[in-house]
Amino acid sequence: MNPVPYDKPFACRLLADMLRIRRLEEKCAELYGAGKIRGFLHLYIGEEACAVGSLHALAPEDNIVATYREHGHALVRGVSMNVIMAEMYGKAAGCSRGRGGSMHLFDAATRFFGGNAIVAGGLPFSAGLALADKMRGRSGVTACFFGDGAVAEGAFHEAMNLAALWKLPVLFCCENNFYGMGTALERAESQTDLCLKAESYAMRAVKVDGMDIVAVHEATREAAGYVRTEGKPCFVEYQTYRYRAHSMFDPELYRDKAEVEKWKERGPLHNYSARLKAEGKLTEDEFLALDAAAQAEVADSVAFAEAADWEPVADLLRDVHTPGGAS
Amino acid sequence: MKMSYREALREALREALRNDPRVFLMGEDVGKYGGAYAVSKGFLEEFGPERIRDTPLAELGFTGAGVGAACGGLRPIVEIMTVNFSLLALDQIVNTAALLRHMSGGQFSVPLVIRMATGAGRQLAAQHSHSLENWYAHVPGIRVLAPATIADARGMLAPALADPDPVVIFEHAQLYNLEDECPADWRCDIARAAIRRPGDQVSLLTYGGSLPKTLLAAEELARDGVAAEVIDLRVLRPLDMAAIAASVQKTHRAVIVDEGWKTGSLAGEIVARLVEECFYDLDAAPRRVCSEEVPMPYAKHLEDAALPQPAKIVAAVKEMLSA
Repeated sequence: MNPVPYDKPFACRLLADMLRIRRLEEKCAELYGAGKIRGFLHLYIGEEACAVGSLHALAPEDNIVATYREHGHALVRGVSMNVIMAEMYGKAAGCSRGRGGSMHLFDAATRFFGGNAIVAGGLPFSAGLALADKMRGRSGVTACFFGDGAVAEGAFHEAMNLAALWKLPVLFCCENNFYGMGTALERAESQTDLCLKAESYAMRAVKVDGMDIVAVHEATREAAGYVRTEGKPCFVEYQTYRYRAHSMFDPELYRDKAEVEKWKERGPLHNYSARLKAEGKLTEDEFLALDAAAQAEVADSVAFAEAADWEPVADLLRDVHTPGGAS
Repeated sequence: MKMSYREALREALREALRNDPRVFLMGEDVGKYGGAYAVSKGFLEEFGPERIRDTPLAELGFTGAGVGAACGGLRPIVEIMTVNFSLLALDQIVNTAALLRHMSGGQFSVPLVIRMATGAGRQLAAQHSHSLENWYAHVPGIRVLAPATIADARGMLAPALADPDPVVIFEHAQLYNLEDECPADWRCDIARAAIRRPGDQVSLLTYGGSLPKTLLAAEELARDGVAAEVIDLRVLRPLDMAAIAASVQKTHRAVIVDEGWKTGSLAGEIVARLVEECFYDLDAAPRRVCSEEVPMPYAKHLEDAALPQPAKIVAAVKEMLSA
């Protein structure tokens, strides 16, 4: 394996962000059990290298569109853990004022366009964001995250075609964890090579090991550069795996424990930290310090969410329409 | 100046495209073909393919792209060929456009205008003829307009584009060839209903393609000595209940004329609101003249029979008055 091609601060930053997601979500699962977080909660544990590696390859002017499994994407994009946790609690201090919850994290300041809980719903929307950038002469790339389940939806195909036909700067980031909820990819798709689907729209497509953060970062940096300079869309398939259940209601009847264990051997966190240690870019003490910092951040976010206020019921109807609209 | 409904829409679009570089039109055959109903004829030459965008036959895809483009700072006008086809785009309209502002805690508004043809009367059969305005009027977060006059065809687009939230405009297919005087000052609001004919014995509440039929019915009723007031709802969501109530407080009777199917109709919503809010002003149970509960048939005589017609409106009023 080639050495990690980053200086120590950046190499450690990638590790730190994966740890932040992992610790945040472990706490979320615990808080779900305690009844503090309700609704659906979809954990990203196992897939962290995808969000961290790819989002660090993007620029502040870029747009991010994500799915209902987006805690990690929001966090790495720069949404504070405090307002993410407050959103999970349903508090008014949450990043969507408690109106969205786990599946609908939004943040205008970081151009984070959510948390879309309609599978493939973000793809046509992303084509539109990219169209706006193109027509306004801006250099932004719209990174649209979705899972392998989305490729069965009509919206996927319509958006891929539009983006390729109109040369829209969309980076289609397909996080292929091989299951659409409980249905394995080969039980849902006649063609399981997802890159071929993109290529059928005359779109550049790249397949990458989504468990290897260096591979993810390098592939995304290259792909985002292509989208930005060529003004054309690109499709990146990150092959990854979800270690936890689909949501908190999932008894996982559809996959073998052995399969999960096999993928865990490729765990993005321990493999990457082991690699950094072997290359002398990380000591055990430094690892423990990064982990302690992530856990402290999580503890602070829980305290913040616990102390935050509920929105008054008198404000129930706010934010249906924009103030100042027709009346 | 005399002009057709189609020309009024075209003038409104042309003005919007000229005045605001953020405005663009996209949809199936809006460019080279000139629009399925010829509304955008000549626009491709005048404004170019960047702003007059022919789309693939992908209602979900291009409507969703409109939602995204609106969030990205443009002012898209998405044309969907007919309301039946808009069902393919319903996910993006309802699940994204209408909900985004609320889901994001007020961070993202969607200043999108969607125009589509609606309604029957041209023997286009079951998949091109329905009136599903009430499906959209059901959803919080979108405003639903039904221009029924030349002035509204000319005037409603500008305030719709100025609205920071999604606006859906229904153009009844039977109205495109309607010709009438366009007032010199056609500017209008997109909030209030309008009295199209004053009267004090019964309120006829209607919108869109049913307005001309309702006015014909009112004329016939006048010949029989019945003074009907015709209210054009104009805005289907939010309903201008103040105007509806004011009319009913004067006439004490209401007949709602709505081309949608009766079950679950907008007319049903209005009856419910009248009962809730104006019960003691009513001298008779409100009545509805709606489409019959059948997919729109192709044969002319059957299509006519399925739709609200002036004779049905007159009959409903007379039954009500004689009860």
